Amino acid sequence: MEELANLFHGFAVALQPYNMMLMIIGITLGVIIGVLPGLGGANGVAILLPLTFSMPPTSAIIMLSCIYWGALFGGAITSILFNIPGEPWSVATTFDGYPMAQQGKPGEALTAAFTSSFVGALFAVIMITLVAPLVAGFALRFGPAEKFAVYFLAFCSFVGLSKEPPFKTIAAMMMGFALAAVGLDSITGQLRLTFGVTELLNGFDFLIAVIGLFGIGEILLTMEEGLAFRGGNATINLRVVLQTWRELPAYWMTSLRSCLIGCWMGVTPAGATPASFMSYGIAKRLARRGNNFGKGEIEGVIAPETAAHAAGTSALLPMLSLGVPGSPTAAVLLGGLLIWGLQPGPMLFVEQKEFVWGLIASMYLGNLAGLIVVLTCVPIFAAILRVPFGIIAPLILVLCAIGAYSVHNSTFDVMLMLVFGVLGYLLKKCNYPLAPLVLAIVLGDKAEEAFRQSLLGSQGSLGVFFSNGLVSTIMALGLVALFWSAIQEGYSRLRTSMV
Amino acid sequence: MTERSGSESGPAHKTLEIGMALLIGVFGLVVIFGSLKAGINWGAEGPRAGFFPFYVGAAIVGASAINLWSAQRHDDGRLFAEWGQLRQVMSVVVPTAIYVGSMPFIGLYVASMIFIAWFMRWLGGYRWLTTIAVAIGMPVVTYLVFERWFLVPLPKGPLEEWLGL
Repeated sequence: MEELANLFHGFAVALQPYNMMLMIIGITLGVIIGVLPGLGGANGVAILLPLTFSMPPTSAIIMLSCIYWGALFGGAITSILFNIPGEPWSVATTFDGYPMAQQGKPGEALTAAFTSSFVGALFAVIMITLVAPLVAGFALRFGPAEKFAVYFLAFCSFVGLSKEPPFKTIAAMMMGFALAAVGLDSITGQLRLTFGVTELLNGFDFLIAVIGLFGIGEILLTMEEGLAFRGGNATINLRVVLQTWRELPAYWMTSLRSCLIGCWMGVTPAGATPASFMSYGIAKRLARRGNNFGKGEIEGVIAPETAAHAAGTSALLPMLSLGVPGSPTAAVLLGGLLIWGLQPGPMLFVEQKEFVWGLIASMYLGNLAGLIVVLTCVPIFAAILRVPFGIIAPLILVLCAIGAYSVHNSTFDVMLMLVFGVLGYLLKKCNYPLAPLVLAIVLGDKAEEAFRQSLLGSQGSLGVFFSNGLVSTIMALGLVALFWSAIQEGYSRLRTSMV
Repeated sequence: MTERSGSESGPAHKTLEIGMALLIGVFGLVVIFGSLKAGINWGAEGPRAGFFPFYVGAAIVGASAINLWSAQRHDDGRLFAEWGQLRQVMSVVVPTAIYVGSMPFIGLYVASMIFIAWFMRWLGGYRWLTTIAVAIGMPVVTYLVFERWFLVPLPKGPLEEWLGL
């Protein structure tokens, strides 16, 4: 019951007027970020992170996490009204959301999407409330070997679960580790990989990488398509909302299934995008009207939206309890923790109770506030999208430059951002995944530290990673995840050869 | 090099794919080289600084070799992008590079004004009035939000000095 008391204390923190104000600002900014092309959750949070340097950490994380919720909501608006996914995880929402809008039911589609998002998030937050303290308590006993095993599992899951070719995932991820290694070695204090360039002494900041890879890269991809932009109209009124809400309970099975898929995919670092696709696919196979999917079926909006939001939210569970972020945006938030002087990981639950529970309470309130904001302000947000890309694009580029500069007050970082932007464009075009690259830059130092400390303890023997039941189990799971696609292929070959 | 027989042409996807694998592979070699310089064996206090990056570099080279091999094998005749599309992309990259490069000398505000104005006028084709309104409005709002409200200093140039900001 201690958790319940903590949670109530958290609500008291989150309900302070200053924090409530930041919550609403965060949600609004987040929806705008989610609506605009080229500004996603990860780089939106990265650009705004420098603004929070002077805030108390709890208020800062409340605002930034609310930007994240807002972005999750906002992605659905563009998918349904314009057939343009504002975020990768809302691609699956376009399949049925856009046809619904075309058939004159944009209000129903939007209400269904927002409500499902809320349900998915609520499910995930409840799970975080119940499970996170347990995981953190368990993880307190982890030594360096176990810590490395957890990182190993996280990164192997990327290789096994991502839809990109495994060796491209490995190449992208290892580039991230290499970039993280540049600069001062945290253990020996020796310089490495700087090749005499003084600007590289402190290494590559992942915020710069995020702003470049996701922000600039995305703008360049959009430029390829040209500046033309067409869109439909959005009307949403109370009658439509209530009518849609009456319909929704009939799809409770789909919702529950999508919640579970989302939570699972969010905790393992597969993330919101595959979760939404998987949930859509399964719903299509199991639904009674499955054949109608793709032609404007409301269930086809509920399934991906619920899963995406559940995954996006539950990505914070491993970030809070283990210090391993489940998504690029969670990684940026984790970077924020380090900047505010907090050590992410299980100790947070012991040392920073107010911070952790304030954040968890703000997730409940933030998502509720988000639902209200998007339901009432859809026409305004849709109007933002009608501002032509020719105006939006230079403004976003300038914002990215400002964000990159203010991380370390360095113009070198701004140039670096552009390099990362071009790199991101090329990598994306060649099917290299960007998420593992960013996560590796964030976690590289910590993973290396855990690895070297474990080896120090064992005098260099790799046997330390299989020295007890716990660490062997995690490592074994990691290996299974690493070779998952190979295992799957072998299994299906075996089956066809037996038939 | 294979090119699609349509009206538009462009670089083949395969070429870029191979180029990317090579580029990443070279990056891996640089990492290995740098790690060797830092020392990859065991020192007095355990593994030395280059120990971990060395294996990371080796993994990059290995993965790139496999990517190169599979890029070489597959050829679906797909285009990376049409020349027209690449021109669009370059029309953003080049001015952004100039924008970023000029920032240390003329400050962020002036550079942003010129950049926004250029973008809207030449790429967007907007009227001068709209262009100038946005190009001046955005930096002013930025100044108020960042410097005044959140106290985040941004790079300034001679104009700001002259204005005494």
